[in-house]
Amino acid sequence: MKDLYLVYKNLTRKKLRLFLTSFAIFIAFLIFGAVTALQGALNSGVEMSADNRLVVFNKINFTQSLPYAYVNKVSGIDGVKDVTFANWFGGYYQEPANQVVTMAVDPDTYFDVYEELQVDTQQKANWLQNQAGVMVGERLATVNNWKIGDRIPISSNIFSNKDGGQTWDLVVEGIFTGKDPQVDTGYMVFHYKYFMETQSWGGDYVGWIVLTTDDPAINEQVAKAIDENFANSQAETDTSTEKAFNKAFIEQIGNIGLIIFGVVFMAFFTILVLVGNTMVLAIRERTSEIAVLKTLGFSSPRIFRMILTESCLLAFLGGLLGLGAAYLAVGALSKMMARFLPNLVLGEDIILQALGYMLLLGLITGIAPAYRALRLNIITAFARG
Amino acid sequence: MSDDNLFELKAVAKRFKKGKETISIFDDLNMHIKRGDFLAIMGPSGSGKTTLLNLLGGVDQPTSGEVSFDGARIDSLSEGQLATWRANNIGFIFQFYNLMPMLNAAKNVELPLLLTNLSGKERQQRVETALKLVGLADRAKHMPSEMSGGQLQRVAIARAVVSDPKLLLCDEPTGDLDRNTADEILEMLQLLNREFGKTIVMVTHDPAAARYATHTLHLDKGQFVDKDEPVLQEKSA
Ligand SMILES: Nc1ncnc2c1ncn2[C@@H]1O[C@H](COP(=O)(O)OP(=O)(O)O)[C@@H](O)[C@H]1O
Ligand SMILES: [Mg+2]
Repeated sequence: MKDLYLVYKNLTRKKLRLFLTSFAIFIAFLIFGAVTALQGALNSGVEMSADNRLVVFNKINFTQSLPYAYVNKVSGIDGVKDVTFANWFGGYYQEPANQVVTMAVDPDTYFDVYEELQVDTQQKANWLQNQAGVMVGERLATVNNWKIGDRIPISSNIFSNKDGGQTWDLVVEGIFTGKDPQVDTGYMVFHYKYFMETQSWGGDYVGWIVLTTDDPAINEQVAKAIDENFANSQAETDTSTEKAFNKAFIEQIGNIGLIIFGVVFMAFFTILVLVGNTMVLAIRERTSEIAVLKTLGFSSPRIFRMILTESCLLAFLGGLLGLGAAYLAVGALSKMMARFLPNLVLGEDIILQALGYMLLLGLITGIAPAYRALRLNIITAFARG
Repeated sequence: MSDDNLFELKAVAKRFKKGKETISIFDDLNMHIKRGDFLAIMGPSGSGKTTLLNLLGGVDQPTSGEVSFDGARIDSLSEGQLATWRANNIGFIFQFYNLMPMLNAAKNVELPLLLTNLSGKERQQRVETALKLVGLADRAKHMPSEMSGGQLQRVAIARAVVSDPKLLLCDEPTGDLDRNTADEILEMLQLLNREFGKTIVMVTHDPAAARYATHTLHLDKGQFVDKDEPVLQEKSA
């Protein structure tokens, strides 16, 4: 494209203006990239949850436990495929700031229900053998640099050990991975039975029950059957799909989707007005130059394209820099926040989306001045000076 | 009508609507321009000189009548066809140079060549030749803001001739220049006419400028009027 030099010279003729407008676009795409990645991280639990997985919690709220006997009763309900259960442990490694998401689970069934997790058969066999064994998610293992065979003391703020301390010595028996890079592996699981036997309160309750149904189509029906089964008993249950539960859980923080939409919308609206206005002014200043180009024989559609190219270049200049900065920021943040936000990544989908918005921004901000130039009449343009 | 004619205007009318009124600039204008002419058009302000030049240059269309160039009608071409026609046949020189401020001299001169199929290298060679012709080979990299009025007009002339058009249209090309610089520019136009066979139509206020032309036409109230041209005879002899 021979006109590209001309377009480039027009774009860069006012350095300060170029800097200010591309900086505004830069900021908008930085916000977009970072905030969308954050939203993705928060939502990944929702997106990654299996379609046919249900969670059963105590109806009072999800921190209340359920009687152990419920596990068997749930297994007996029609349409239920696999059942497992878990108990919250929490815990930290070496110092309280170093939180480690830990759950006490049923080792025999846990990985059947969480099919998106991959475990080596030998490692799993070793884990089943060792009461004090723990299976660590890949991300968590990487963050703490844990290897198989490592002895890791995990302390709790909630529970006490029967020996009087608050620390459990666990041994890494295996490292599980996700079948998909977005599967959360930022936690670890150890034996429920061992936990119950070693903690001072003991008891025969479970934190929650997780099950799969034979078919996602019967989710509703199964959930209803479970809750009805325990209606009017000592602990009523609230069964929902894992997706719905995760979503509700996230929404406790606030309507994140709406907040994020608002932030992104404001950022884009601002630059749309700002850049659009700048483009209109820039092209208006060039009225007589456009008339000259037309006189020389540059066709109106060609000038139309040149102006759209200019506005798109501007959008991509600021946009790509902003997206690049967001990528670096998210990369740094995800290292710092690996424990809380395991899936904080600026992925391909966000990049594609951002590229689409850049193109859109370029076209929208360029269309009015480009159209004006298209229609510009040589004679009246010269007459006006 | 002979093949000597590059331009032929027959019964050309040009009217503008101004509110409810219709202003008629030309009612029945007839003229021809021969190949190799250097025609000066003089006349009072508002007499329609620029309008005539616009019609000749294909930036404006007559309300009625015929405009033929090289034997072909241009008065019925579409806007896009006219743009191509202008690029192929006409070199424009303006009173206020109308160079692109963000392009250096060479890039300004190259503009019309962007409308051709010439390679980058060929374009560059042509630009060099054109700048050499106007005596600005050493200013190729200079920006318009760094040049004097006379230099700017010479760059504009280089831009007008770089694609080798048959016809040069100049609207008050020396209107913004002092006497000496004006003479330099007019000599350059005369050279282009005599040595390179360019047909030139130049609108001017300045009788001294008209002396460089081979013919002068006087326009008044949309009509050509007869005037004796003793000076013209003397000069072109
Ligand atoms: N687009 C237009 N609309 C209305 N009137 C015009 C237009 N262009 C030129 N005129 C009028 O036509 C007359 C001739 O204009 P012009 O050709 O520019 O004269 P000159 O160049 O001889 O001074 C002037 O009165 C001018 O106001
Ligand atoms: Mg005029």
